[in-house]
Amino acid sequence: MGKTIAEKIFSKKSGQDVHAKDLVLADVDFCMGQDGTSSIIIDSFREMGAKKVFNPKKIALVIDHSSPSPNLGVSAIHKKMRDFANEYGITLYDIGCGVCHQLLPEKGHVVPGDLVIGADSHTCSYGAINVFSTGMGSTDVAVGIISGQNWFRVPETVKFIFKNQLKKGVYSKDMALFIARHAGADGLTYMAAEYTGSAIDKLSVEARFTICNMAIEIGAKAGIMEADAKAIKWVQSRTNKKFTPVKADKDAVYADVREYDAAKIVPQVAKPHAVDNVVDAADVKHIEIQQGLIGTCTNGRLEDLEIAVSILKGKKIKKGLRLIIAPASAEVFIQAMKKGLVQTLMESGAAFVTPGCGPCVGTHNGVPSDGERVISTANRNFKGRMGNPNSEIYLASPATVAASMLTGKITDPRKFIK
Amino acid sequence: MIVQGKARRFKQDNDINTDYIISGRYKFKIQNPEELAQYVMEDLDPDFKNRYQKGDFIVAGKNFGCGSSREQAPQAIKYAKMGAVIAKSFARIFYRNSFNIGLLLIECDTDPIKENDELVLDLEKGVLKDITQNIDIIIKPLPAVMAKLLEDGGIINHFKKHGGFKL
Repeated sequence: MGKTIAEKIFSKKSGQDVHAKDLVLADVDFCMGQDGTSSIIIDSFREMGAKKVFNPKKIALVIDHSSPSPNLGVSAIHKKMRDFANEYGITLYDIGCGVCHQLLPEKGHVVPGDLVIGADSHTCSYGAINVFSTGMGSTDVAVGIISGQNWFRVPETVKFIFKNQLKKGVYSKDMALFIARHAGADGLTYMAAEYTGSAIDKLSVEARFTICNMAIEIGAKAGIMEADAKAIKWVQSRTNKKFTPVKADKDAVYADVREYDAAKIVPQVAKPHAVDNVVDAADVKHIEIQQGLIGTCTNGRLEDLEIAVSILKGKKIKKGLRLIIAPASAEVFIQAMKKGLVQTLMESGAAFVTPGCGPCVGTHNGVPSDGERVISTANRNFKGRMGNPNSEIYLASPATVAASMLTGKITDPRKFIK
Repeated sequence: MIVQGKARRFKQDNDINTDYIISGRYKFKIQNPEELAQYVMEDLDPDFKNRYQKGDFIVAGKNFGCGSSREQAPQAIKYAKMGAVIAKSFARIFYRNSFNIGLLLIECDTDPIKENDELVLDLEKGVLKDITQNIDIIIKPLPAVMAKLLEDGGIINHFKKHGGFKL
């Protein structure tokens, strides 16, 4: 019987011939914690009486969610992480380095065929480079840090095929929202998604991260793609590590196969307060907004800033609005400066904040006021997500956010694209 | 194991996410779980802390605990001393986290259960009794791994007891 990508990776990492629904103890290739979850990782590590980590080279802690620290409580957590990383010789990415999900692939920590666990639900992002990566809680990651292993139920897989290619003005974020719209918030609970088809092949590696990043928003354990020549080149430019990409067998067994025509997808927007509450951008064009956010692990990469520039260049954002931009990493920020993107966006009226999660998780960097609406490139619009339960969050592509900043209302970006 | 308590329901039934269970406003800066527990479910129901008693059950629809991986979510429920969470289904990360820290989750049809109903959970018999309405609801059996983790009091105690995985 043929195997899916997930079944192949779990067979390799558990040393057994396994299929969907089997329970396995598997070796993990990398473990990650961030500043919202590492405090409990460290507490659990100590409570289990551990004296050492399984391999300090295969662990990273990232200070990105509330970075730099906005208050004493967070400062204490950051210090705890720095001290722990020092004590065990673990890599620590401190304030300003960027979002964990940008850094792990960018710094070459994770490569095709790997099995990765991270104490952050969007750990599924690395599926874009053929990694089976999944979010877990802090104690599960502590177990991984100690033993180099964890237990897994091998997931069934749903295959998504996107034919043709996206039209101009429509981006991978629109695809991710389109998937949420059709699959629903719990559509793939306990399962993995494989994303394939010519529309996926044509996407840049950066754009692919956006789709895998949002696999958790349909409840999936992982969202994974095959590594084509483009992906392999991208990884090889970041690490000398040897790796073996994993392909699904032709006769692999899927829980479901869903085929869509990418050319028919139009700009999408998720309305408050659920990620699967998705409509066409044109259907919410009456909605007035006060704040925009471009950034986060979903859409804070160089290409996303280039898309924003393509719409905002030479124009000013509408008076009374504010646009916050949080580059996904220091490298992204530096490249954006070299290319003049930062200057162009600032001339349009954008405010840049430290590379990291920015205002996405509601601790700092742009908490909306009561009754305000935000249009954001992030992945979650739950009530209170950005720090105020009396505000509303709409999710969209960087292009839709940029276009909306010019008009003050949610705007289909295609009219600004030549 | 038999546990008794009252049902606590919310205006929103499905997809109650971990941001609602414990807001990022608190979880990033508060390390003490007992302090965090004061804010449990606040963004979904600001009055929740005044309407539950120790031992009550949170009762919900499908996909309870979706969203972020924050272990502070099941921790806040556990330290608020809730008896268990009873839902039609749970999101994956929340499900693992809860059993890892020893919070009991029960899957069953929750449609018949109303706010304030008196419930008795009998794990051995696999039945949830709604005493107020005099109905028995069959609960989904716990997977063997979860039952083992629960028996050991969570993954930390499991690791301490066995010196590693013994599932």
